[in-house]
Amino acid sequence: MTSQTDVRLDGSAELRTEREATPGSAGDRRERRRSPEAGPEKGPEKGPEKSYDSYYGRPVLNEPTWQEHDIAGYLFLGGLAGASSTLAAVAELTGRPRLARVGRVAALCALGGSFYSLIHDLGRPERFINMLRVFKVTSPMSVGTWILTAYGPQAVCAGAADLSGRLPRLGRAATVGAGLVGPAVATYTAALICDTAVPAWHEGFREMPFLFAGSAAAAAGGLGMLAAPLSEAGPARRVAMLGAAVECVAATRMERRLGPLAEPLKRSPLLRAGEALSLAGALAGVTVGRRSRIAAVAAGAALLAGSACTRFGIFRAGMESANDPKYTVQWQRRKLA
Amino acid sequence: MGRVGFFTDTSICIGCKACEVACKEWNAVPEDGLAFTGMSYDNTVTLGSDTWRHVAFVEQRRPLGNQEPGVGDMDFRWLMASDVCKHCTEAACLDVCPTGSLFRTEFGTVVVQQDICNGCGYCVPACPFGVIGKRESSGVAAKCTMCYDRLGDGQEPACAKTCPTDSIQFGDLDELRERAERRLEQVRAAGTASARLYGHDEGDGVGGMGAFFLLLDEPEVYGLPPDPVVTTRDLPSMWRHAGVAALALLAGVAATALPIWRRRG
Repeated sequence: MTSQTDVRLDGSAELRTEREATPGSAGDRRERRRSPEAGPEKGPEKGPEKSYDSYYGRPVLNEPTWQEHDIAGYLFLGGLAGASSTLAAVAELTGRPRLARVGRVAALCALGGSFYSLIHDLGRPERFINMLRVFKVTSPMSVGTWILTAYGPQAVCAGAADLSGRLPRLGRAATVGAGLVGPAVATYTAALICDTAVPAWHEGFREMPFLFAGSAAAAAGGLGMLAAPLSEAGPARRVAMLGAAVECVAATRMERRLGPLAEPLKRSPLLRAGEALSLAGALAGVTVGRRSRIAAVAAGAALLAGSACTRFGIFRAGMESANDPKYTVQWQRRKLA
Repeated sequence: MGRVGFFTDTSICIGCKACEVACKEWNAVPEDGLAFTGMSYDNTVTLGSDTWRHVAFVEQRRPLGNQEPGVGDMDFRWLMASDVCKHCTEAACLDVCPTGSLFRTEFGTVVVQQDICNGCGYCVPACPFGVIGKRESSGVAAKCTMCYDRLGDGQEPACAKTCPTDSIQFGDLDELRERAERRLEQVRAAGTASARLYGHDEGDGVGGMGAFFLLLDEPEVYGLPPDPVVTTRDLPSMWRHAGVAALALLAGVAATALPIWRRRG
């Protein structure tokens, strides 16, 4: 193996002279600029130094390749599925069979949509099974895969037993099991998007799980209100109220803590719409929604729409923060300073 | 085999793009656009699935050391730098890969196994440098392998092999770091005070880079992040927060069905 460079795997030493070249060492540019005879400087170099804080305005990060309808859609559907299973388990254990059925069926449908979205978003969908090759705690996607592996069969079992009317004891056990894993399904997605270099996601990692948990609860509560009879929907109304409140508090705290990084969040119309719909739906639910079936349906629909808006809003705000170099560069400069 | 790496000394880069061509040829990286960008002589724009070496061209109205630029009274310098995957000590792409497709080689480099990757795309936003991308044609992630096949055969990577000025130097990482320190002193002593090393420090946010640089301006001027931190440094805290949120969700939903609410329905 012959080579012209000196640091080689075989240790041979031969040096090119070019690498010792010192550009800028010749000439007297500095001296001439300092001399008074040169007169006042002309042109743009005289003014305050132009700051070069990006490379032609190009983003530092590569934009996530995740498709919005798949991954933002999954953030919504996964949350809805997880929280619905928990609501179904609670309803099952407290003698509210129709609310339990709504939760189980909702979880089953949302889970189906989730799997479709997740596999559809892969570059090689036929290789989705490769997710099960390893378990890596450093990868929220790997952990999430295993959470879904624990959750999915139970949710399917609970839903199928309910719809078919067979194996009620197994269905009941699966309902409780899915209800216990459900909250993990609803919140791991926060770690999933925060464990990236995307500034608005990563820096929001303290509040994001609570925002997602709240949004998931609001959606599941909304669906419970929408589909379960008034007499059994009490827990759904309260879950929705609690969820919407937690979601709004977490979002507000996050926006305050992130400072300049919160710009994409603050100017997101989707996030504002999500907050408004969630709060309005939750308040309507615990007031008029207790008496009027129509009001309960409208409030439930508003809550579902609000949760979806919030997830898509968070997704888009992250994309925006990844695509503008200032959120990467200025944030890191601030931390360095 | 110890850890190997690149030392890219941008002070002697002449912007010939031989590294880009050699990389494309050796690794059979697909063509990804032959557009006029208006960004000086740059027409590859950024690193990605189909650009594993990217030569940046920066035009500044500043002097390069004592150099006489020869454009009237105007100060001018032209910075060129060949960017590449940093093969981080703490690599976010490798940490977040859910299939184990990305792995650490016996040379200390980070490589994608094309036959394992299922194109989930998680590595793309995880990389703090915007290096790795998902290839349209194959649907899987792709990035610099530091010519894993050549290393195994005792050859240096194609880009380093072809670089006509030795701006790209390949070798034992520790030795390269020592050399870079000496080179930095030399460049500074010769009048370019703005020279600095980027990525040579094991105490930085990615535990030191396997491919590091001598730059003549701030990193962001070249499109590099000034203080990249591997995202998984915060992951233990993320898991704690997510765990608390999950338990709170469970408790919150359970509490809504407690008998105390009975009277209110």
